[in-house]
Amino acid sequence: MNHSISLTINGVLREVALADPRVTLLDLLRERLDLTGTKKGCDRGQCGACTILVDGRRINSCLALALSHDGAEITTIEGVARGDQLHPVQAAFIAHDGFQCGFCTPGQIMSAIGLIEEGQAGDDPERVRECMSGNLCRCGAYSGITEAVLEAHANMTAAKQRRSA
Amino acid sequence: MTPEINLTRDPAHLRHGSSIGQPLTRTDGVLKVTGKARYAADNHPPGMLYAVIATSCIARGRVKSLDVAAAKRHPGVVDVMTPAHKPELAEDPDAKGNPFAFRMELLQSDEVRYANQAIAVVIAETLEAATEGAALLSPRYQVEIARVGLDAGEPYAPPVVGIGNPAEVVHGEIDAGFAAASKLTDATYETPAQYHNAMEPHAIVAVWDGDKLFLDTPSQGMAIAQGRIGGLLGIPPGNIHINSPFLGGGFGSKGLVSGPQMLGIMAARLVGRPVNLVLRRSQMYGPVGHRASTRQRLRLGADDAGVLTVIDHHARITTSSFDDFYEPAADASHTLYASPAIRTAHEAVRVDTGTPLFMRAPGEATGSIALESAIDEMAFACGIDPLDFRLRNYAEVEPTTGKPFSSKALRQCYARGAERFGWARRPLAPRQMRDENGFLVGWGMGTATFPALMFQGNARAVIRADGSGVMESGAHDMGQGAWTALTQISADALGLDLGEITFRSGTSDLPDAGIAGGSAHTATVGAAIHNAGAAVIARLAELATPDERSPLFGAGNAGVVARQGRLHRRDDETRSESYAEILARAGLAEIDASGTGAADPAAQSHYAMHAHGAVFAEVKVDPELGQIRATRLVGAFAAGRIINPRLVQSQLFGGMIWGLSFALHEEAVMDHRSGRILNANLAEYHVPVNADVPPMDVITVDEHDPHVNALGIKGVGEIGITGSAGAVANAVWHATGIRVRRFPIRIEELVTGLS
Ligand code: FES
Ligand code: FES
Repeated sequence: MNHSISLTINGVLREVALADPRVTLLDLLRERLDLTGTKKGCDRGQCGACTILVDGRRINSCLALALSHDGAEITTIEGVARGDQLHPVQAAFIAHDGFQCGFCTPGQIMSAIGLIEEGQAGDDPERVRECMSGNLCRCGAYSGITEAVLEAHANMTAAKQRRSA
Repeated sequence: MTPEINLTRDPAHLRHGSSIGQPLTRTDGVLKVTGKARYAADNHPPGMLYAVIATSCIARGRVKSLDVAAAKRHPGVVDVMTPAHKPELAEDPDAKGNPFAFRMELLQSDEVRYANQAIAVVIAETLEAATEGAALLSPRYQVEIARVGLDAGEPYAPPVVGIGNPAEVVHGEIDAGFAAASKLTDATYETPAQYHNAMEPHAIVAVWDGDKLFLDTPSQGMAIAQGRIGGLLGIPPGNIHINSPFLGGGFGSKGLVSGPQMLGIMAARLVGRPVNLVLRRSQMYGPVGHRASTRQRLRLGADDAGVLTVIDHHARITTSSFDDFYEPAADASHTLYASPAIRTAHEAVRVDTGTPLFMRAPGEATGSIALESAIDEMAFACGIDPLDFRLRNYAEVEPTTGKPFSSKALRQCYARGAERFGWARRPLAPRQMRDENGFLVGWGMGTATFPALMFQGNARAVIRADGSGVMESGAHDMGQGAWTALTQISADALGLDLGEITFRSGTSDLPDAGIAGGSAHTATVGAAIHNAGAAVIARLAELATPDERSPLFGAGNAGVVARQGRLHRRDDETRSESYAEILARAGLAEIDASGTGAADPAAQSHYAMHAHGAVFAEVKVDPELGQIRATRLVGAFAAGRIINPRLVQSQLFGGMIWGLSFALHEEAVMDHRSGRILNANLAEYHVPVNADVPPMDVITVDEHDPHVNALGIKGVGEIGITGSAGAVANAVWHATGIRVRRFPIRIEELVTGLS
């Protein structure tokens, strides 16, 4: 049986023919759409490496069946920078050395973008640590991750205020 | 074949003058934050199939049957590789050619040696079909009783521990040491099996082209892997091209090519198409190594002045039923504390698990948490502050060998770490401090140490006609920052600014860089790069100095220095010539030279070479629930020359988090009836999450070491675990007065004692 869904991925509307209903969003991105920036660390919702934004919310894409997201708007790590211009969260991860091997990093960054959007943590480091705890980092880059999220939050808030001023 | 890797060239990376020592951000940073860094499983050659391993759910016995027909009937399944249907190997995977050839399960028989062992491989057009096919195999087993845990069988004396270390070492008179003691402590500590759990599962994309083999696979040692793979397949190692520019973490588990990676190669051969094989997380608890469990008994003696008279460290360790790797846990006692009598001994027990292997600080980590706990216990028995006790037993020379240290700034580490932490205010007795919420507060410390090792590595340096430079070395970046640190060393070695050099790395067709392990990669490859750079500069000088037309004429080889793309006369720096001018006059498009980095045996025989550090930890314990929170970690480390302080801090943070994890989180829990690991997943095998990690502080103490290697590098990859694990454990004791000797420390061990 063939199923067809449409997804807006990083701003581009794509019709996706799916011959197999078992395909997860993660495997769809990685194995069929050549968007391999999103990583698979566990395939069970336990590590956060596969975090993407679906309709603005961060989710573990390994736990989402592609078929059940017909019509969704998806943002992956590939869709975050504007050309050569890094997203403030990406730039902050580099500046604060918020990664080592980099394998958890796409998930961390998507999670951080989602978190800043949610406005749950603000500038409270304790809250940031808690709210980023769905994303494991075996290299232990947590200090840099926390600092990066705080700095990106501050920069994005300041930029927003400048715009609305 | 290998795509060009475009490292960052932002202004932070365009420096003038020396690049070594600069806190540059990672040159591979942009690739990693944009998702463009290609890890092994991100490669999709045309026509690629997916292979999924079916694994054993018993720990010992035989596979009686597999429903291959059912798997093959599943739409999309192309083939099923089984012991009866697989490509021929040129070598028995159970043969032991050298100490680095560990036995692997390549479907050579129906025997099951541990749970999660590969018993078949399903190859299909899609990942979903291969996964389903593997599930349809419905294996039936003949089950034997599994041997589990440290009491599973008769212990025996292993022939060696670690890599060729003697299993037993005796220094001085042990009995006399005990007789001279006025205080004795005798305690037994247990550490569990731990699994590396790099975030990137082991993966391989294998493509055959005749008898040539192209592999995308994470490797901490490409040349060793080429040798092993070539041997098993009966093809020349040079026919194997490995592409491993980025590892999603290794920690030792990707040091040697593993069975599952070989199975991916065999599957590709079987079906004659490219194959992708990625381990599922649960499958990483078996065939790719782990840290063996240990039971360590430490008997210490001290005199009235709090000076150690004897250290007797005995370790029982597990290894697999079919191969030998012996965690050198007791060896941690060789170097840290002075004592007239030191004995370390090991015994081993065979269990039905995969073979244990090197895991970040193998031996040092397990031994350190036991030794640092024991030292803490003895300090308290003597009524002496733990830092004071360590200073009284400071080793001025390496205790077991009597060799002087090549450098040892541990005293400064103690002093600066203690000051930053506020250690002087620590009450001697436990359970004296509470915070504003009524939580028990404890402070503990531990000494960190790790040997400064060197392996062998090579590099090739090129100066091009336009004066720019290239440095090549097949190094491995598993996250420690090789791309960045080695680029910095390359720039200085070539006398060029960072923007004028290209650093090539991460593939097996470049000069063999040895293995990224033992915290020795930067030192080894750095030395190779340093020597290659010096050699190519010497060749340039040879072109210029005998030439009358050069301003350097007559300066002689030793008479020039290279800086910012020019050779200058040492005696008159105003006289100089650019690399480009020298090559132009010689009519050369480029000039190259090679260099090797290796240990200096003379220096090694004269000096003991180690990095050192001191770690201070604060924990808070809920007096009713026993819940433990680490709230502060301060580490001061002396590790020779620091190439990039930003990256070094990250390495040390990472190591300290592993130490914290050792003390409070990590443990593979075995089901004693089935021999299976009960928590073979990332939800139940606890590794620290962001909220578990306290604010951390790292101090690096300057250390100039002229003996370890030309650049004075000691390595920082592993030392952070040592000291930290013990510091956290000691802090838990100091908070509660309860000494837990089985790690990780769990709530249930505290609650009963607390109430
Ligand atoms: S891969 Fe999805 S949470 Fe781990
Ligand atoms: S950077 Fe390696 S797992 Fe986070």
